Amino acid sequence: MTIAVSVRDLRKSYGEFEAVKGIDFEIAAGQVFGLLGPNGAGKTTTVEILEGYRNRSSGDISVLGEDPQHAGQAWRSRIGVVLQSSSLYPNLTPRESLRVFAGYYATPRPVDEVIEIVGLGEKADARVRTLSGGQKRRLDLGLALIGNPDMIFLDEPTTGFDPGARRAAWETIRNLRSLGTTILLTTHYLDEAEQLADQVAVLRGGVIVRAGSPAELTGGASETEIRYRQAGEEILERTTDPTRRLHELTSAALERGEVLDGIEVRRPTLEEVYLELTGSETGAE
Amino acid sequence: MKLFVHQLRTEQLLFWRNREAAFFTFFLPVIFFLIFGAIYGDTDISSEHIKGSYFLEAGMIGYGVASTCFAGLGITLVVRRELGILKRVRTTPLTPLTYLSAVLGSIFIVFLFEAALIILIGRVLFGVPFPTQAFSVLVVLLIGAVCFAAMGLGISGFVRSAEGSSAAINAVYLPMAIISGTFFTPKGYPTFLKVIADALPLTHYTKVTRDVMVHGVHVWSDWKQLLVVLAWGIAGMLAALKLFRWQPREA
Repeated sequence: MTIAVSVRDLRKSYGEFEAVKGIDFEIAAGQVFGLLGPNGAGKTTTVEILEGYRNRSSGDISVLGEDPQHAGQAWRSRIGVVLQSSSLYPNLTPRESLRVFAGYYATPRPVDEVIEIVGLGEKADARVRTLSGGQKRRLDLGLALIGNPDMIFLDEPTTGFDPGARRAAWETIRNLRSLGTTILLTTHYLDEAEQLADQVAVLRGGVIVRAGSPAELTGGASETEIRYRQAGEEILERTTDPTRRLHELTSAALERGEVLDGIEVRRPTLEEVYLELTGSETGAE
Repeated sequence: MKLFVHQLRTEQLLFWRNREAAFFTFFLPVIFFLIFGAIYGDTDISSEHIKGSYFLEAGMIGYGVASTCFAGLGITLVVRRELGILKRVRTTPLTPLTYLSAVLGSIFIVFLFEAALIILIGRVLFGVPFPTQAFSVLVVLLIGAVCFAAMGLGISGFVRSAEGSSAAINAVYLPMAIISGTFFTPKGYPTFLKVIADALPLTHYTKVTRDVMVHGVHVWSDWKQLLVVLAWGIAGMLAALKLFRWQPREA
């Protein structure tokens, strides 16, 4: 397994304030890595250091085999970046914008192919300022892909999307993954990380409070919820041994010739684990 | 070099596509030349010993350098910075040097085209002969473009928001352009205004332009004026080196 990104004891201070307080993680080539956390947790700082845009205070990092702080133009041609806010020329069309940025790379993807990937076919020749927020964001993604990068950084790529647009964006990201692109994704949407990421790290106050696959993260919480109705009454049980407990419940019900109305068995979602980990429902940090 | 040409073409596309900016920076000096030329083009300006149209032609080139290279460039850079475009450009293989060279090269092309148009209008509509010192004129245009662009780079660092950029930069350059002897000769100014005008780079630049274009002197005979323009250019460059940023202010 090739390592695309490795981060060792990364720290970043702005004056007195330490935004990132010594974090470690690795991203295997071809994987989607989700960096989760509330606003102000240090996600964007971390990503911008990996993009070579900000200098770190200390620590060792390697992205595609190089230190981003000292990497040159050849390295830049191998990465693609979607910034946290849309950054586009309002008076160009998506096709023109893609042509402009294609010119910066030695071996760009064909413009028409990128338009196809991000689903902007109908709007390819409309001025950017007439596009919706979601369409602009897809163009941002297109501009990150035009150089045919090995690795892309997506900083909150679907913030402000309606559910349909979010699903479309997820599909695009899955397509990229299937093409072998390594992806670092920051998000504060848990379902997004659950849907897309192979590995997740939860950042809080500049430290990683939990890391692993989405399944490992949710699997770490030991209790399963069983919910059903009996004699018109809603019952909720928590158990560490759901197989046995379910068997007991259903056998008893069958013996009595009853039906367990609305029976539901669920594991805690990543969202619940996350809220527990970040210790806040407001997301304030 | 290929990247430079690519970016230069991009900059030209961006400039002409932005109609409002193209109007204010490129066409306004031309329109002012037509209007003021019609008003006092035939009148002699006794203190300058030339006809109004001759005076105005050089003045509008001075006004043009301020509107394209200083104000136009400054506003463009602030807007691009705040839109995150400068930041995005930094994530591509395009080097900052190539990018900025293309931005400056493009604005120089715009200014050159504008000066040519003003000289042509002067010849056709107001009977101002073409300048005799063609080489000196070109040098004057180049020095003006470089120095005022440096000031444009410098001022972009002082302006914080994209919304306020036009207002803030226009508030600096419009009064400067008007008192710097572009429309009216500073020779009749009250003392306090004369003192201000004498400190401004555009006053000196307009004088050099006028001397070269109207009186046919060689560009270096006005070296004292050029030094003032150059000093302002250097001040702009120093401000740019200290204040120029690629990332948006609020980030």
